[in-house]
Amino acid sequence: MGKTIAEKIFAAHLRDTPTPENVILDIDVVMCHEITTPIAITDLESRGMDRVFDTAKIKAVIDHVTPAKDSKTAMQGKIIRDWARRHKIQDFFDIGANGVCHALFPEKGFVRPGHTVIMGDSHTCTHGAFGAFAAGIGTTDLEVGILKGVCSFRTPETMKITITGALQDGVSAKDVILFIIKKLTVNGATDKIMEFSGPVVETMSMEARMTLCNMAIEAGGTCGICLPDRVTAKYLWPFIKDQYESIDLAVKDFAKWHSDPDATYVQEMILDVSALAPQATFGYKPDEVKDVTEMEGTPVDQVYIGSCTNGRIEDLRSAARILKGKKIAATVRGILSPATPKVYAQALEEGLIAIFMEAGFCVTNPTCGACLGMSNGVLADGEICASTTNRNFNGRMGKGGIVHLMSPLTAAATAVQGHITDPRKLL
Amino acid sequence: MKEFGGKALFLDRNDINTDEIIPAKYLTENTKMALQPYILEDLKLGGFDPRKDIEGKGVIITRANFGCGSSREHAVWVFEVNDINVVIAESFARIFRQNMYNCGMLAIELPKKDIENLFSLGDAVTISVDLDACTITARGSKKVAIPFKLNEFDKKLVEAGGWLTYADKNY
Ligand code: SF4
Repeated sequence: MGKTIAEKIFAAHLRDTPTPENVILDIDVVMCHEITTPIAITDLESRGMDRVFDTAKIKAVIDHVTPAKDSKTAMQGKIIRDWARRHKIQDFFDIGANGVCHALFPEKGFVRPGHTVIMGDSHTCTHGAFGAFAAGIGTTDLEVGILKGVCSFRTPETMKITITGALQDGVSAKDVILFIIKKLTVNGATDKIMEFSGPVVETMSMEARMTLCNMAIEAGGTCGICLPDRVTAKYLWPFIKDQYESIDLAVKDFAKWHSDPDATYVQEMILDVSALAPQATFGYKPDEVKDVTEMEGTPVDQVYIGSCTNGRIEDLRSAARILKGKKIAATVRGILSPATPKVYAQALEEGLIAIFMEAGFCVTNPTCGACLGMSNGVLADGEICASTTNRNFNGRMGKGGIVHLMSPLTAAATAVQGHITDPRKLL
Repeated sequence: MKEFGGKALFLDRNDINTDEIIPAKYLTENTKMALQPYILEDLKLGGFDPRKDIEGKGVIITRANFGCGSSREHAVWVFEVNDINVVIAESFARIFRQNMYNCGMLAIELPKKDIENLFSLGDAVTISVDLDACTITARGSKKVAIPFKLNEFDKKLVEAGGWLTYADKNY
Protein backbone atom coordinates (compact mmCIF):
# COMPACT_ATOMS: atom_id res chain seq x y z
CA MET A 1 0.00 0.00 0.00
CA GLY A 2 1.26 3.46 -0.85
CA LYS A 3 2.40 5.95 1.75
CA THR A 4 1.87 9.68 2.22
CA ILE A 5 4.86 11.99 2.68
CA ALA A 6 4.12 12.16 6.41
CA GLU A 7 3.99 8.38 6.71
CA LYS A 8 7.36 8.14 4.95
CA ILE A 9 8.88 10.69 7.32
CA PHE A 10 7.41 8.90 10.33
CA ALA A 11 8.75 5.53 9.12
CA ALA A 12 12.23 7.01 8.66
CA HIS A 13 12.27 8.43 12.22
CA LEU A 14 10.53 5.71 14.18
CA ARG A 15 12.10 5.14 17.58
CA ASP A 16 9.29 3.26 19.30
CA THR A 17 5.65 2.25 18.94
CA PRO A 18 4.30 2.09 22.50
CA THR A 19 0.80 1.29 21.17
CA PRO A 20 -0.48 0.84 17.62
CA GLU A 21 -1.93 4.37 17.84
CA ASN A 22 1.15 6.13 19.20
CA VAL A 23 4.66 6.59 17.91
CA ILE A 24 7.85 8.02 19.32
CA LEU A 25 9.93 9.81 16.68
CA ASP A 26 13.55 10.84 16.52
CA ILE A 27 13.71 14.58 16.00
CA ASP A 28 16.11 16.32 13.58
CA VAL A 29 15.59 19.91 14.72
CA VAL A 30 14.45 21.21 18.11
CA MET A 31 13.69 24.92 17.90
CA CYS A 32 13.49 27.20 20.91
CA HIS A 33 12.35 30.75 21.66
CA GLU A 34 12.40 32.88 24.76
CA ILE A 35 8.74 32.58 25.73
CA THR A 36 8.29 28.83 26.11
CA THR A 37 11.90 27.64 26.53
CA PRO A 38 13.09 29.40 29.75
CA ILE A 39 10.53 27.60 31.88
CA ALA A 40 11.64 24.30 30.28
CA ILE A 41 15.27 25.16 31.06
CA THR A 42 14.58 26.05 34.69
CA ASP A 43 12.49 22.92 35.16
CA LEU A 44 15.25 20.72 33.71
CA GLU A 45 17.74 22.47 35.98
CA SER A 46 15.61 21.92 39.06
CA ARG A 47 15.41 18.20 38.23
CA GLY A 48 19.18 17.97 37.78
CA MET A 49 18.68 17.29 34.07
CA ASP A 50 20.30 20.36 32.53
CA ARG A 51 21.59 18.54 29.44
CA VAL A 52 20.94 18.75 25.69
CA PHE A 53 20.80 15.72 23.38
CA ASP A 54 22.73 17.29 20.49
CA THR A 55 23.90 20.91 20.40
CA ALA A 56 23.92 20.96 16.60
CA LYS A 57 20.25 19.96 16.38
CA ILE A 58 19.05 22.69 18.70
CA LYS A 59 18.30 26.14 17.28
CA ALA A 60 17.36 29.04 19.51
CA VAL A 61 16.23 32.64 19.09
CA ILE A 62 14.94 35.57 21.08
CA ASP A 63 12.12 36.89 18.92
CA HIS A 64 8.84 37.50 20.70
CA VAL A 65 9.83 40.48 22.82
CA THR A 66 13.09 41.96 21.59
CA PRO A 67 14.64 44.24 22.75
CA ALA A 68 13.33 43.24 26.17
CA LYS A 69 10.50 45.52 27.36
CA ASP A 70 10.78 45.01 31.11
CA SER A 71 12.62 43.05 33.80
CA LYS A 72 10.59 39.89 33.27
CA THR A 73 11.18 39.67 29.53
CA ALA A 74 14.83 40.60 30.12
CA MET A 75 15.07 37.60 32.46
CA GLN A 76 13.50 35.30 29.87
CA GLY A 77 16.12 36.45 27.38
CA LYS A 78 18.86 35.98 29.94
CA ILE A 79 17.80 32.42 30.80
CA ILE A 80 17.81 31.23 27.19
CA ARG A 81 21.00 33.19 26.36
CA ASP A 82 22.92 31.76 29.34
CA TRP A 83 21.67 28.28 28.49
CA ALA A 84 22.74 28.57 24.84
CA ARG A 85 26.20 29.71 25.93
CA ARG A 86 26.49 27.06 28.61
CA HIS A 87 25.70 24.28 26.14
CA LYS A 88 27.62 25.88 23.27
CA ILE A 89 24.59 26.05 21.01
CA GLN A 90 26.06 27.63 17.89
CA ASP A 91 22.77 28.47 16.23
CA PHE A 92 21.51 30.96 18.77
CA PHE A 93 20.21 34.29 17.49
CA ASP A 94 20.16 37.35 19.71
CA ILE A 95 19.75 41.08 19.11
CA GLY A 96 21.26 42.19 15.83
CA ALA A 97 20.84 38.73 14.30
CA ASN A 98 17.39 37.77 15.53
CA GLY A 99 14.05 37.61 13.79
CA VAL A 100 10.74 35.73 13.92
CA CYS A 101 11.60 32.04 14.44
CA HIS A 102 9.52 30.62 11.58
CA ALA A 103 10.99 33.11 9.13
CA LEU A 104 14.56 33.07 10.45
CA PHE A 105 15.20 29.32 10.74
CA PRO A 106 14.08 28.49 7.17
CA GLU A 107 16.27 31.33 5.88
CA LYS A 108 19.27 29.72 7.59
CA GLY A 109 18.60 26.44 5.80
CA PHE A 110 17.88 24.52 9.01
CA VAL A 111 14.87 22.66 7.67
CA ARG A 112 15.20 20.08 4.91
CA PRO A 113 12.79 17.73 3.15
CA GLY A 114 12.11 14.65 5.25
CA HIS A 115 13.09 16.32 8.53
CA THR A 116 11.19 16.07 11.80
CA VAL A 117 10.95 19.43 13.57
CA ILE A 118 9.46 20.43 16.91
CA MET A 119 9.20 23.75 18.72
CA GLY A 120 7.30 25.08 21.70
CA ASP A 121 5.25 27.20 19.34
CA SER A 122 2.04 26.29 17.54
CA HIS A 123 3.09 27.85 14.22
CA THR A 124 5.94 25.37 13.82
CA CYS A 125 3.69 23.86 11.14
CA THR A 126 5.16 26.59 8.87
CA HIS A 127 8.26 24.46 8.24
CA GLY A 128 6.15 21.82 6.52
CA ALA A 129 6.55 24.05 3.45
CA PHE A 130 9.92 22.32 2.98
CA GLY A 131 8.42 18.83 2.92
CA ALA A 132 9.24 18.30 6.59
CA PHE A 133 7.03 17.09 9.42
CA ALA A 134 7.00 20.07 11.76
CA ALA A 135 4.74 20.33 14.78
CA GLY A 136 4.09 22.72 17.61
CA ILE A 137 4.41 21.22 21.08
CA GLY A 138 4.18 22.28 24.70
CA THR A 139 6.90 22.80 27.29
CA THR A 140 7.09 19.21 28.55
CA ASP A 141 7.49 17.90 25.00
CA LEU A 142 10.14 20.56 24.51
CA GLU A 143 11.98 19.43 27.64
CA VAL A 144 12.00 15.85 26.41
CA GLY A 145 13.05 17.05 22.95
CA ILE A 146 15.98 18.99 24.39
CA LEU A 147 16.99 16.14 26.66
CA LYS A 148 16.37 13.08 24.51
CA GLY A 149 15.71 14.20 20.94
CA VAL A 150 12.40 12.35 20.77
CA CYS A 151 8.73 13.30 20.71
CA SER A 152 5.47 11.35 20.84
CA PHE A 153 2.73 11.64 18.25
CA ARG A 154 -0.42 9.81 17.30
CA THR A 155 -0.04 7.82 14.09
CA PRO A 156 -0.74 10.42 11.41
CA GLU A 157 -3.80 10.73 9.24
CA THR A 158 -3.48 12.98 6.25
CA MET A 159 -5.96 15.22 4.52
CA LYS A 160 -5.14 16.02 0.90
CA ILE A 161 -5.89 19.54 -0.29
CA THR A 162 -5.42 20.00 -4.02
CA ILE A 163 -5.38 23.60 -5.16
CA THR A 164 -6.18 24.12 -8.82
CA GLY A 165 -6.87 27.00 -11.22
CA ALA A 166 -4.90 30.24 -11.09
CA LEU A 167 -4.93 33.07 -8.55
CA GLN A 168 -6.08 36.47 -9.77
CA ASP A 169 -3.77 39.44 -9.39
CA GLY A 170 -4.34 40.83 -5.89
CA VAL A 171 -5.10 37.41 -4.39
CA SER A 172 -2.38 35.50 -2.55
CA ALA A 173 -1.52 32.43 -0.46
CA LYS A 174 -2.98 34.18 2.61
CA ASP A 175 -6.36 34.43 0.93
CA VAL A 176 -6.16 30.76 -0.06
CA ILE A 177 -5.42 29.57 3.46
CA LEU A 178 -8.06 31.83 5.05
CA PHE A 179 -10.59 30.39 2.62
CA ILE A 180 -9.50 26.82 3.43
CA ILE A 181 -9.84 27.49 7.18
CA LYS A 182 -13.31 28.92 6.57
CA LYS A 183 -14.28 25.71 4.76
CA LEU A 184 -12.69 23.33 7.29
CA THR A 185 -13.53 25.36 10.43
CA VAL A 186 -11.17 25.78 13.37
CA ASN A 187 -11.10 22.09 14.21
CA GLY A 188 -11.70 20.57 10.80
CA ALA A 189 -8.13 19.30 10.62
CA THR A 190 -7.53 18.41 14.28
CA ASP A 191 -5.07 15.51 14.63
CA LYS A 192 -4.54 15.57 10.87
CA ILE A 193 -1.75 16.57 8.57
CA MET A 194 -2.77 18.95 5.79
CA GLU A 195 -0.95 18.02 2.59
CA PHE A 196 -1.12 20.88 0.08
CA SER A 197 -0.57 20.04 -3.56
CA GLY A 198 -1.79 20.81 -7.06
CA PRO A 199 -0.76 23.27 -9.78
CA VAL A 200 -1.24 26.39 -7.66
CA VAL A 201 1.05 25.10 -4.91
CA GLU A 202 3.62 23.96 -7.49
CA THR A 203 3.93 27.51 -8.82
CA MET A 204 4.06 29.07 -5.34
CA SER A 205 7.35 30.39 -3.97
CA MET A 206 8.71 29.03 -0.69
CA GLU A 207 7.50 32.23 0.98
CA ALA A 208 3.95 31.61 -0.22
CA ARG A 209 4.10 27.94 0.80
CA MET A 210 5.22 29.00 4.27
CA THR A 211 2.20 31.32 4.51
CA LEU A 212 -0.02 28.41 3.51
CA CYS A 213 1.47 25.94 6.01
CA ASN A 214 1.74 28.56 8.76
CA MET A 215 -2.00 28.65 9.30
CA ALA A 216 -2.62 24.86 9.22
CA ILE A 217 -2.87 25.05 13.02
CA GLU A 218 -5.77 27.51 12.72
CA ALA A 219 -7.80 24.62 11.27
CA GLY A 220 -6.45 22.42 14.08
CA GLY A 221 -3.92 20.68 11.79
CA THR A 222 -0.83 19.03 13.28
CA CYS A 223 1.26 20.16 10.34
CA GLY A 224 0.85 21.65 6.88
CA ILE A 225 3.07 19.99 4.33
CA CYS A 226 4.09 20.61 0.69
CA LEU A 227 5.90 18.15 -1.58
CA PRO A 228 9.56 19.21 -1.93
CA ASP A 229 10.41 20.08 -5.54
CA ARG A 230 12.56 22.33 -7.69
CA VAL A 231 11.32 25.47 -5.89
CA THR A 232 12.41 23.89 -2.59
CA ALA A 233 15.77 22.83 -4.01
CA LYS A 234 16.49 26.29 -5.43
CA TYR A 235 15.66 27.96 -2.11
CA LEU A 236 17.88 25.53 -0.22
CA TRP A 237 20.67 25.45 -2.82
CA PRO A 238 23.20 27.61 -0.89
CA PHE A 239 22.94 25.10 1.98
CA ILE A 240 22.90 21.85 0.03
CA LYS A 241 25.29 22.54 -2.82
CA ASP A 242 28.04 20.45 -1.22
CA GLN A 243 25.63 17.58 -0.86
CA TYR A 244 24.34 17.39 -4.43
CA GLU A 245 26.12 17.80 -7.74
CA SER A 246 23.25 19.72 -9.26
CA ILE A 247 19.82 21.10 -8.49
CA ASP A 248 18.40 18.38 -10.74
CA LEU A 249 19.89 15.69 -8.53
CA ALA A 250 18.56 17.38 -5.40
CA VAL A 251 15.09 17.52 -6.97
CA LYS A 252 15.34 13.84 -7.82
CA ASP A 253 16.42 12.95 -4.32
CA PHE A 254 13.65 15.06 -2.72
CA ALA A 255 11.09 13.12 -4.77
CA LYS A 256 11.66 10.07 -2.60
CA TRP A 257 9.54 11.78 0.04
CA HIS A 258 6.60 12.41 -2.28
CA SER A 259 3.33 10.74 -1.41
CA ASP A 260 2.70 7.62 -3.48
CA PRO A 261 -0.16 7.77 -6.00
CA ASP A 262 -1.99 5.03 -4.06
CA ALA A 263 -1.46 6.59 -0.62
CA THR A 264 -4.48 6.68 1.66
CA TYR A 265 -6.03 9.94 2.81
CA VAL A 266 -8.75 10.42 5.41
CA GLN A 267 -10.20 13.30 3.45
CA GLU A 268 -9.65 14.95 0.08
CA MET A 269 -10.54 18.46 -0.93
CA ILE A 270 -10.14 19.99 -4.36
CA LEU A 271 -10.24 23.73 -4.50
CA ASP A 272 -10.33 25.80 -7.68
CA VAL A 273 -9.10 29.24 -6.66
CA SER A 274 -9.57 31.02 -10.01
CA ALA A 275 -12.57 32.99 -8.75
CA LEU A 276 -11.27 33.48 -5.20
CA ALA A 277 -11.53 37.07 -3.92
CA PRO A 278 -9.30 38.59 -1.22
CA GLN A 279 -10.39 37.28 2.19
CA ALA A 280 -10.47 38.74 5.71
CA THR A 281 -11.64 37.58 9.12
CA PHE A 282 -14.38 39.09 11.23
CA GLY A 283 -15.13 37.99 14.82
CA TYR A 284 -12.74 36.13 17.10
CA LYS A 285 -12.04 32.87 15.31
CA PRO A 286 -9.81 32.36 12.28
CA ASP A 287 -12.58 30.49 10.47
CA GLU A 288 -14.86 33.53 10.60
CA VAL A 289 -13.84 34.61 7.13
CA LYS A 290 -15.58 36.64 4.40
CA ASP A 291 -14.74 38.13 1.04
CA VAL A 292 -13.12 41.50 1.66
CA THR A 293 -15.83 43.08 -0.50
CA GLU A 294 -18.40 42.11 2.16
CA MET A 295 -16.42 43.96 4.82
CA GLU A 296 -15.47 47.03 2.83
CA GLY A 297 -15.70 50.25 4.78
CA THR A 298 -14.97 48.78 8.25
CA PRO A 299 -12.77 51.49 9.81
CA VAL A 300 -9.44 50.49 11.39
CA ASP A 301 -7.14 52.21 13.89
CA GLN A 302 -3.97 50.27 13.20
CA VAL A 303 -2.50 48.27 10.32
CA TYR A 304 0.15 45.69 11.16
CA ILE A 305 2.34 44.09 8.51
CA GLY A 306 4.71 41.42 9.78
CA SER A 307 4.83 38.06 11.62
CA CYS A 308 5.70 34.49 10.70
CA THR A 309 2.69 34.46 8.37
CA ASN A 310 3.42 37.53 6.27
CA GLY A 311 6.61 39.33 7.26
CA ARG A 312 8.81 37.98 4.47
CA ILE A 313 10.31 39.87 1.55
CA GLU A 314 7.53 38.96 -0.89
CA ASP A 315 4.95 40.22 1.59
CA LEU A 316 6.77 43.54 1.92
CA ARG A 317 7.04 43.78 -1.86
CA SER A 318 3.35 43.21 -2.37
CA ALA A 319 2.36 45.76 0.29
CA ALA A 320 4.83 48.28 -1.15
CA ARG A 321 3.25 47.81 -4.56
CA ILE A 322 0.09 49.40 -3.16
CA LEU A 323 1.78 51.93 -0.88
CA LYS A 324 4.19 53.32 -3.46
CA GLY A 325 3.66 57.07 -3.83
CA LYS A 326 0.67 57.05 -1.47
CA LYS A 327 0.04 58.13 2.10
CA ILE A 328 -1.81 56.06 4.65
CA ALA A 329 -5.01 57.57 6.08
CA ALA A 330 -4.51 60.14 8.84
CA THR A 331 -6.66 58.05 11.18
CA VAL A 332 -4.45 54.96 10.84
CA ARG A 333 -1.25 53.93 12.62
CA GLY A 334 0.81 51.79 10.26
CA ILE A 335 3.42 49.40 11.72
CA LEU A 336 5.80 47.25 9.71
CA SER A 337 7.98 44.58 11.35
CA PRO A 338 10.18 42.88 8.76
CA ALA A 339 10.43 39.28 9.95
CA THR A 340 14.22 38.91 9.86
CA PRO A 341 17.36 41.04 9.51
CA LYS A 342 17.83 39.62 6.02
CA VAL A 343 14.31 40.66 5.02
CA TYR A 344 14.96 44.09 6.53
CA ALA A 345 18.27 44.52 4.70
CA GLN A 346 16.81 43.37 1.41
CA ALA A 347 13.81 45.68 1.82
CA LEU A 348 16.18 48.58 2.43
CA GLU A 349 18.19 47.70 -0.64
CA GLU A 350 15.11 47.40 -2.82
CA GLY A 351 13.79 50.75 -1.59
CA LEU A 352 10.77 49.16 0.07
CA ILE A 353 11.50 50.60 3.51
CA ALA A 354 11.55 54.08 1.98
CA ILE A 355 8.14 53.43 0.42
CA PHE A 356 6.69 52.32 3.76
CA MET A 357 8.19 55.29 5.59
CA GLU A 358 7.08 57.82 3.01
CA ALA A 359 3.59 56.36 3.24
CA GLY A 360 3.64 57.01 6.99
CA PHE A 361 4.48 53.58 8.42
CA CYS A 362 6.58 53.10 11.53
CA VAL A 363 9.22 50.42 10.89
CA THR A 364 10.32 48.29 13.85
CA ASN A 365 13.19 45.86 14.23
CA PRO A 366 12.53 42.22 13.28
CA THR A 367 10.32 40.74 16.02
CA CYS A 368 6.94 39.11 16.63
CA GLY A 369 5.97 42.56 17.85
CA ALA A 370 2.30 43.42 17.74
CA CYS A 371 1.23 39.91 16.73
CA LEU A 372 0.65 38.64 20.24
CA GLY A 373 -0.14 41.71 22.29
CA MET A 374 2.73 41.39 24.74
CA SER A 375 5.39 43.51 23.09
CA ASN A 376 4.94 46.70 21.08
CA GLY A 377 1.90 47.82 19.10
CA VAL A 378 -0.68 46.73 21.69
CA LEU A 379 -4.27 47.82 20.95
CA ALA A 380 -6.42 49.83 23.35
CA ASP A 381 -9.84 48.55 24.38
CA GLY A 382 -12.22 48.83 21.43
CA GLU A 383 -9.54 49.52 18.81
CA ILE A 384 -9.47 47.68 15.50
CA CYS A 385 -6.39 46.36 13.75
CA ALA A 386 -6.04 45.11 10.19
CA SER A 387 -3.25 42.57 10.47
CA THR A 388 -1.24 40.17 8.31
CA THR A 389 -0.80 37.83 11.30
CA ASN A 390 -2.58 34.54 11.94
CA ARG A 391 -4.80 34.90 15.02
CA ASN A 392 -7.81 37.08 15.72
CA PHE A 393 -8.58 35.59 19.14
CA ASN A 394 -10.22 37.78 21.75
CA GLY A 395 -7.49 39.87 23.38
CA ARG A 396 -4.77 38.58 21.06
CA MET A 397 -3.31 42.00 20.22
CA GLY A 398 -4.43 43.69 23.43
CA LYS A 399 -7.39 43.38 25.79
CA GLY A 400 -10.60 44.53 24.14
CA GLY A 401 -8.95 44.97 20.74
CA ILE A 402 -10.36 43.54 17.53
CA VAL A 403 -8.19 41.94 14.84
CA HIS A 404 -9.05 41.40 11.17
CA LEU A 405 -6.65 38.99 9.48
CA MET A 406 -5.83 39.60 5.83
CA SER A 407 -3.08 39.54 3.22
CA PRO A 408 -0.32 42.17 3.00
CA LEU A 409 -1.97 43.56 -0.15
CA THR A 410 -5.31 43.98 1.60
CA ALA A 411 -3.63 45.40 4.71
CA ALA A 412 -1.78 47.99 2.60
CA ALA A 413 -4.95 48.98 0.74
CA THR A 414 -6.76 49.22 4.08
CA ALA A 415 -4.01 51.47 5.48
CA VAL A 416 -4.33 53.83 2.53
CA GLN A 417 -8.12 54.12 2.73
CA GLY A 418 -8.44 53.95 6.52
CA HIS A 419 -11.02 51.20 6.26
CA ILE A 420 -11.05 47.61 4.99
CA THR A 421 -10.52 47.77 1.23
CA ASP A 422 -10.28 45.33 -1.67
CA PRO A 423 -6.68 45.73 -2.89
CA ARG A 424 -7.63 44.96 -6.49
CA LYS A 425 -9.02 48.50 -6.72
CA LEU A 426 -5.63 50.04 -5.97
CA LEU A 427 -3.40 47.88 -8.16
CA MET B 1 -1.58 7.70 41.60
CA LYS B 2 -3.51 10.86 42.36
CA GLU B 3 -7.28 11.05 42.61
CA PHE B 4 -9.07 12.74 39.76
CA GLY B 5 -12.33 14.58 40.28
CA GLY B 6 -14.08 17.42 42.06
CA LYS B 7 -16.82 19.96 41.61
CA ALA B 8 -17.58 20.78 37.98
CA LEU B 9 -17.22 24.13 36.25
CA PHE B 10 -19.37 24.24 33.11
CA LEU B 11 -18.06 26.28 30.18
CA ASP B 12 -20.84 26.20 27.61
CA ARG B 13 -18.99 27.11 24.42
CA ASN B 14 -17.04 25.53 21.55
CA ASP B 15 -13.51 26.52 20.52
CA ILE B 16 -12.26 28.01 23.79
CA ASN B 17 -8.68 28.93 22.92
CA THR B 18 -5.50 29.11 24.95
CA ASP B 19 -5.31 32.91 24.68
CA GLU B 20 -8.63 33.00 26.55
CA ILE B 21 -7.39 30.49 29.13
CA ILE B 22 -4.21 32.47 29.81
CA PRO B 23 -3.45 35.65 27.83
CA ALA B 24 -0.01 36.03 26.23
CA LYS B 25 0.93 38.95 28.45
CA TYR B 26 1.29 36.56 31.40
CA LEU B 27 3.68 34.27 29.56
CA THR B 28 6.57 36.27 30.97
CA GLU B 29 6.02 34.61 34.35
CA ASN B 30 8.71 32.09 35.19
CA THR B 31 6.77 30.04 37.74
CA LYS B 32 3.52 28.15 37.36
CA MET B 33 2.15 29.54 40.63
CA ALA B 34 2.37 33.12 39.38
CA LEU B 35 -0.23 32.29 36.73
CA GLN B 36 -2.91 31.38 39.28
CA PRO B 37 -4.93 34.64 39.43
CA TYR B 38 -5.22 34.96 35.65
CA ILE B 39 -7.13 31.77 34.85
CA LEU B 40 -9.66 32.19 32.02
CA GLU B 41 -9.25 35.95 32.24
CA ASP B 42 -10.17 36.66 28.60
CA LEU B 43 -12.86 33.99 28.22
CA LYS B 44 -15.70 35.25 26.04
CA LEU B 45 -18.69 33.71 27.78
CA GLY B 46 -21.74 35.71 28.91
CA GLY B 47 -22.11 35.95 32.70
CA PHE B 48 -18.82 34.19 33.44
CA ASP B 49 -16.76 35.67 36.25
CA PRO B 50 -13.45 33.83 36.64
CA ARG B 51 -12.83 34.96 40.20
CA LYS B 52 -16.20 33.77 41.54
CA ASP B 53 -16.92 30.81 39.28
CA ILE B 54 -13.63 28.94 39.65
CA GLU B 55 -13.66 28.85 43.45
CA GLY B 56 -13.62 25.25 44.70
CA LYS B 57 -13.86 23.63 41.26
CA GLY B 58 -11.78 20.60 40.27
CA VAL B 59 -13.15 19.59 36.85
CA ILE B 60 -14.04 21.54 33.71
CA ILE B 61 -16.85 20.33 31.48
CA THR B 62 -17.04 21.97 28.10
CA ARG B 63 -17.88 21.55 24.41
CA ALA B 64 -15.84 20.97 21.23
CA ASN B 65 -12.25 21.87 20.31
CA PHE B 66 -11.21 22.98 23.78
CA GLY B 67 -7.70 24.47 24.05
CA CYS B 68 -7.22 25.42 20.42
CA GLY B 69 -4.64 27.99 19.37
CA SER B 70 -1.27 28.48 20.93
CA SER B 71 0.98 25.66 22.19
CA ARG B 72 1.48 27.31 25.59
CA GLU B 73 1.53 24.70 28.33
CA HIS B 74 0.70 27.60 30.64
CA ALA B 75 -2.93 26.82 29.72
CA VAL B 76 -2.55 23.46 31.47
CA TRP B 77 -0.48 24.80 34.38
CA VAL B 78 -2.99 27.54 35.15
CA PHE B 79 -5.56 24.77 35.71
CA GLU B 80 -3.09 22.69 37.70
CA VAL B 81 -2.28 25.55 40.10
CA ASN B 82 -6.00 26.17 40.52
CA ASP B 83 -6.45 22.47 41.47
CA ILE B 84 -8.25 21.56 38.25
CA ASN B 85 -6.81 18.26 36.98
CA VAL B 86 -9.53 17.03 34.65
CA VAL B 87 -11.09 18.60 31.57
CA ILE B 88 -14.01 16.78 29.96
CA ALA B 89 -14.93 17.92 26.45
CA GLU B 90 -16.48 16.79 23.22
CA SER B 91 -13.04 17.20 21.61
CA PHE B 92 -9.67 18.84 22.22
CA ALA B 93 -7.04 20.60 20.17
CA ARG B 94 -4.09 18.23 19.76
CA ILE B 95 -1.39 20.23 21.56
CA PHE B 96 -3.58 21.04 24.55
CA ARG B 97 -4.62 17.39 24.93
CA GLN B 98 -1.00 16.26 24.69
CA ASN B 99 0.11 18.88 27.20
CA MET B 100 -2.51 17.65 29.69
CA TYR B 101 -1.30 14.04 29.51
CA ASN B 102 2.33 15.16 29.43
CA CYS B 103 1.67 16.80 32.82
CA GLY B 104 -0.08 13.68 34.11
CA MET B 105 -3.52 15.31 33.91
CA LEU B 106 -6.69 14.07 32.21
CA ALA B 107 -8.28 15.38 29.00
CA ILE B 108 -11.31 13.14 28.54
CA GLU B 109 -13.26 13.12 25.30
CA LEU B 110 -16.91 12.16 25.38
CA PRO B 111 -19.53 11.98 22.62
CA LYS B 112 -21.80 14.99 22.26
CA LYS B 113 -24.77 13.22 23.86
CA ASP B 114 -22.79 12.42 27.02
CA ILE B 115 -21.65 16.04 27.26
CA GLU B 116 -25.32 17.13 26.87
CA ASN B 117 -26.21 14.72 29.62
CA LEU B 118 -23.62 16.23 31.96
CA PHE B 119 -24.81 19.75 31.16
CA SER B 120 -28.37 18.69 32.05
CA LEU B 121 -27.44 17.71 35.61
CA GLY B 122 -27.71 21.28 36.90
CA ASP B 123 -25.08 23.67 38.23
CA ALA B 124 -23.95 21.70 41.27
CA VAL B 125 -22.28 18.60 39.88
CA THR B 126 -19.47 16.56 41.39
CA ILE B 127 -17.34 14.32 39.21
CA SER B 128 -15.23 11.36 40.16
CA VAL B 129 -13.04 9.50 37.69
CA ASP B 130 -12.18 5.81 37.94
CA LEU B 131 -9.14 5.44 35.71
CA ASP B 132 -8.93 1.65 35.78
CA ALA B 133 -12.59 1.17 34.97
CA CYS B 134 -12.54 4.15 32.55
CA THR B 135 -15.74 5.52 34.04
CA ILE B 136 -16.85 8.97 35.11
CA THR B 137 -19.43 9.22 37.86
CA ALA B 138 -21.34 12.51 37.96
CA ARG B 139 -23.51 13.44 40.91
CA GLY B 140 -25.90 16.32 40.30
CA SER B 141 -29.68 16.41 40.06
CA LYS B 142 -29.19 12.67 39.61
CA LYS B 143 -26.29 10.24 39.55
CA VAL B 144 -24.94 9.01 36.21
CA ALA B 145 -22.03 6.80 35.25
CA ILE B 146 -20.44 7.38 31.85
CA PRO B 147 -17.74 5.18 30.33
CA PHE B 148 -14.90 6.81 28.39
CA LYS B 149 -12.05 5.69 26.16
CA LEU B 150 -8.49 6.30 27.28
CA ASN B 151 -5.57 5.84 24.91
CA GLU B 152 -3.19 3.24 26.42
CA PHE B 153 -0.16 5.45 25.99
CA ASP B 154 -1.91 8.45 27.57
CA LYS B 155 -2.77 6.20 30.50
CA LYS B 156 0.87 5.25 30.88
CA LEU B 157 1.80 8.95 30.97
CA VAL B 158 -0.73 9.61 33.73
CA GLU B 159 0.53 6.60 35.69
CA ALA B 160 4.13 7.75 35.29
CA GLY B 161 3.22 11.25 36.46
CA GLY B 162 3.99 12.77 33.05
CA TRP B 163 6.01 12.44 29.84
CA LEU B 164 9.34 13.63 31.23
CA THR B 165 9.50 10.86 33.80
CA TYR B 166 8.27 8.30 31.27
CA ALA B 167 10.73 9.39 28.56
CA ASP B 168 13.64 9.55 30.99
CA LYS B 169 13.00 5.95 31.95
CA ASN B 170 12.38 4.58 28.45
CA TYR B 171 14.52 6.53 25.96
S1 SF4 C 1 4.84 36.18 14.71
FE1 SF4 C 1 3.08 35.82 16.02
S2 SF4 C 1 2.32 33.81 15.49
FE2 SF4 C 1 4.38 33.99 14.63
S3 SF4 C 1 5.74 33.09 16.17
FE3 SF4 C 1 5.62 35.27 16.58
S4 SF4 C 1 3.96 35.52 18.07
FE4 SF4 C 1 3.76 33.48 17.16
